[in-house]
Amino acid sequence: MHSSITIVGASLAGVRAAEALRSEGFKGNIKLLGDEAHIAYDRPPLSKSFLEGEMTSEKLSLLTSEKINELEIEVRTDSKASNLDIESRTLEVNGEVEEFDALIIATGARARKLPNTDKINGVHTLRSLDDSIKIRKSFKSGNPKVVVVGGGFIGCEVAATASNLGIEVTIVESQDVPLSHVLGEEAGKVISELHTNNGVRLKCGVEVQEIKGDSQVEGVLLEDGTLLEADLVIVGIGAVPNTEWLENSGLTIENGVCCDQTCLVAPNIVAAGDVARWDHQGYGKSIRLEHWDNAAEQGKHAALRLLQTEAEALPYAPIPWFWSDQFDRKIQLAGISSPEDDFEVVVDSPDEGRFTGIYGSEGKLRAVLGINRPRHVMQFKSLMENKASWKEALDFAKEIG
Amino acid sequence: MRVVVDFDLCESNAICMQIAPDIFEVRDDDFLYILDETPSEDRRSNLEESVQRCPKQAISIEE
Ligand SMILES: Cc1cc2nc3c(=O)[nH]c(=O)nc-3n(C[C@H](O)[C@H](O)[C@H](O)COP(=O)(O)OP(=O)(O)OC[C@H]3O[C@@H](n4cnc5c(N)ncnc54)[C@H](O)[C@@H]3O)c2cc1C
Ligand code: SF4
Repeated sequence: MHSSITIVGASLAGVRAAEALRSEGFKGNIKLLGDEAHIAYDRPPLSKSFLEGEMTSEKLSLLTSEKINELEIEVRTDSKASNLDIESRTLEVNGEVEEFDALIIATGARARKLPNTDKINGVHTLRSLDDSIKIRKSFKSGNPKVVVVGGGFIGCEVAATASNLGIEVTIVESQDVPLSHVLGEEAGKVISELHTNNGVRLKCGVEVQEIKGDSQVEGVLLEDGTLLEADLVIVGIGAVPNTEWLENSGLTIENGVCCDQTCLVAPNIVAAGDVARWDHQGYGKSIRLEHWDNAAEQGKHAALRLLQTEAEALPYAPIPWFWSDQFDRKIQLAGISSPEDDFEVVVDSPDEGRFTGIYGSEGKLRAVLGINRPRHVMQFKSLMENKASWKEALDFAKEIG
Repeated sequence: MRVVVDFDLCESNAICMQIAPDIFEVRDDDFLYILDETPSEDRRSNLEESVQRCPKQAISIEE
């Protein structure tokens, strides 16, 4: 049995890992290290209710001081891990060497930036509480013109929040239809319309050429020559897993730290959450997710893995699930969809503002999309857990439709 | 034990329903209904999983 477990990354996956270790009866030391100044907090509201200004930062907390005492864990903020050495089982924390028996890698991901924009005031990415506080402040100062670069989920959510606040906002998206790489064209168009109907301007199928402005941002120049004036630019062009600190460790890094089916990276080392790429037994390939529910569940699974023998270890093979809130719509996707899949709206229709659609390929149900249809999403998710065929899914749709 | 949901927090995403359909139901009106407020002891582990998986931390168990 290990006597001390170090968790690097004090966010959702890390916190859930610590909780799982204790509820499984682990009695040794647990260190939870994070490089942020804040103790673990919840990120989804950062582009939604918190950004809109309805919430205090205390409400985001994932770990209260009572909880820390109850769990008897050592929590350290402003503590950056580096130089992992798997032979000697040591790592450096702010340059000081520390030992561990077992390690949980939960360093998540960070927002991808546009090159050469670091020095321009008013250009932001959104990943941390501090990012959200800064953007929220800018939303409230004067009446800023906002350009969102990237029409992914976070970009769309930020645009919706800005628009709810009465701010003029434009989304620039390089694909012809936002979100079509995940949801396919048909569903992507529904989301586009949601935005345009609410006054968001969309510039699609065009890349950003340059962010204009020396010290303060002035505009966004597009490749087709259009210049969009901007006081505030929010860049939402995806996330990059935080694996740099593992680079010389000998662990395999391929857009995430690679794990086996059970979340094991190497003996006594596991990984979970946005940073982890693991072999998903159900899909027969390795995947990495950036979903809240996955970080929570994988954190728990990976932690328990450290307490198990190889024979006891279970594969981690959930059906992925996430949500996104935009305007009055709750968008949920369960499963893994691909733009090549067949897509069929099975209950209601996009015109009604709520519907359920399913994705399939090779005779299998692959994913379900619900717009304000949470119940159906969960029902189809259960079908996927039972490996339902496309036909079974259609039959089920008839029953509920 | 008693199931308590903070309906101000709940956003009806139905994850609890998938885990414990005998206790939680999100109906077609998009609201969450508690079907069994005082589930028997053998439902505890499922209920605890619902507490943990709820993205809004809206569910709690009162003893
Ligand atoms: C604005 C926003 C909105 C979102 N909305 C949704 C949503 O609606 N639905 C949904 O399903 N998901 C959503 N997500 C995704 C979800 O929040 C993430 O999947 C989740 O936070 C991942 O948790 P994690 O613990 O794996 O990593 P993270 O939350 O990224 O945390 C990793 C932590 O590790 C720290 N760290 C990194 N390197 C080191 C190091 N070397 N040493 C010490 N600490 C380190 C980081 O600073 C960070 O604090 C959203 C994310 C964002 C940013
Ligand atoms: S999981 Fe939580 S937020 Fe979702 S329906 Fe249940 S109680 Fe409400």
